[in-house]
Amino acid sequence: MIEAIESALSFLPAGLVTLIIIVGKIMLLVLPLMGAVAYLTLAERKVIGYMQVRIGPNRVGPKGLLQPIADAVKLMFKETIFPAKANRFLFISAPILTLAPALAAWAVVPFDDGLVISNIDASLLYILAMTSLGVYGVIIAGWASNSKYAFLGALRSAAQIVSYEIAMGFALVGVLVAAGSLNLGEIVEAQRGSLGIINWYMIPLLPLFIVYFIAGVAETNRAPFDVAEGESEIVAGFHVEYSSMTFSVFFLAEYANMILIALLTALMFLGGWLSPLNGVLPASLLEGDGLLAVILGDGIHWLLAKTSFFLFLFLWFRATFPRYRYDQIMRLGWKIFIPITIVWLLVAAAMVVWKVGPWFN
Amino acid sequence: MTAITNYFKSLILAELFRGLLLTGKYFFRKKITVQYPEEKTPMSPRFRGLHAQRRYPNGEERCIACKLCEAVCPALAISIDSEERDDGTRRTTRYDIDLTKCIFCGFCEESCPVDAIVETRHFEYHGEERSDLYMTKEKLLAIGDKMEKQIAADRAADAPFR
Repeated sequence: MIEAIESALSFLPAGLVTLIIIVGKIMLLVLPLMGAVAYLTLAERKVIGYMQVRIGPNRVGPKGLLQPIADAVKLMFKETIFPAKANRFLFISAPILTLAPALAAWAVVPFDDGLVISNIDASLLYILAMTSLGVYGVIIAGWASNSKYAFLGALRSAAQIVSYEIAMGFALVGVLVAAGSLNLGEIVEAQRGSLGIINWYMIPLLPLFIVYFIAGVAETNRAPFDVAEGESEIVAGFHVEYSSMTFSVFFLAEYANMILIALLTALMFLGGWLSPLNGVLPASLLEGDGLLAVILGDGIHWLLAKTSFFLFLFLWFRATFPRYRYDQIMRLGWKIFIPITIVWLLVAAAMVVWKVGPWFN
Repeated sequence: MTAITNYFKSLILAELFRGLLLTGKYFFRKKITVQYPEEKTPMSPRFRGLHAQRRYPNGEERCIACKLCEAVCPALAISIDSEERDDGTRRTTRYDIDLTKCIFCGFCEESCPVDAIVETRHFEYHGEERSDLYMTKEKLLAIGDKMEKQIAADRAADAPFR
């Protein structure tokens, strides 16, 4: 496929062809991602509505399916308001600083064996760095707005994200100890085994799995860790002064981060694109080019299904749990998650050293 | 001992899972949303919507300008002027209700000795300017004429309780 495009464009200089192919790959990733973000907002409203015995939006288009498009059009035509005493440069750069890392992190995410924009060795490290950078956007937004609610939201968010970063990092260290690699593709392949689901890291690294996902919820400022937004306490927190597109960019970043966290959890603990039917069905059914083999065997559809499950969990959490108090968030992060991850890190290291089966032999 | 069991209970997130189970159950419940313009909730005969002035079956207006409604109105939304008509009865020359002031408490209806001023079931009305929501005697009588059947049925349904 790529070779065909390269030969078709061979009249252009080689550098330009490479650029076109890279931009094309990025577009192939970002456009579906934006679509997923848009429809995640609809899914959120529907799921939460259903859990509150309502039916959610159903007026725009059949079953409300055009609602995200209506929302997007509305946001685009709204006026962007700049507070009189805001720092204009920082005010505009904050949403960009939030969205850019949220999208940049996707560069190293593999969707299938080899289906990745940039297959770098330290991709886990890169993702950790990119997801942490998002907090700068939040802090700058809170500072540049020159509003006390925005400032309080930014302070809360900074402390919270920094705290959960540690637990999250330790959970990731556990994964890389187990897989022996920082490359996400290799981490997924390390979970391949004859026992299928049992071989996935969510079994030997269960506490790290739970800590990672909860820390991911906190990292994306989602309920029940949404003190940075805290609409019932500090109006909307760091983005209280933002309107129209500047606001929707924050929104996009939040949802892109949600999808990223869900996808990473699926990759690192649930075997990514590996089929859960490995070891259940005979291997002859799962390999080959037949339609049944493609559906039942490994593939991107399993990764997307696992990601959808975690995204549903995000929405389910939001519909269920009341917001944590600030000191409870800090206690959970520092006094519970970090000790658990450190202990389980030792357990994981011991399992690797003594080659505990069926995962590490 | 309870401290230890509580510690483990919180560690395995038992209560959080119970919460998730509850919302999970509600996810599959039958939805109770009423799709408003197409579906409507049942309405009581005592519903307090748009006002109307009634007439007797022979076409004579009921209002005798006693001004009890004007006196009882807590929002001071009713203004009445009256004088003697040629046949010697007291009638209103002006009976105005400012709907932008009205709080729809129903006191006017309650105080009326002849059931002249009533509140109907009609609540889906709007005004495009302020004067549209300033109901004059003519407007009120017109609404009464239009909705008399419903109004009479509602009064009859509520009669055993009055």
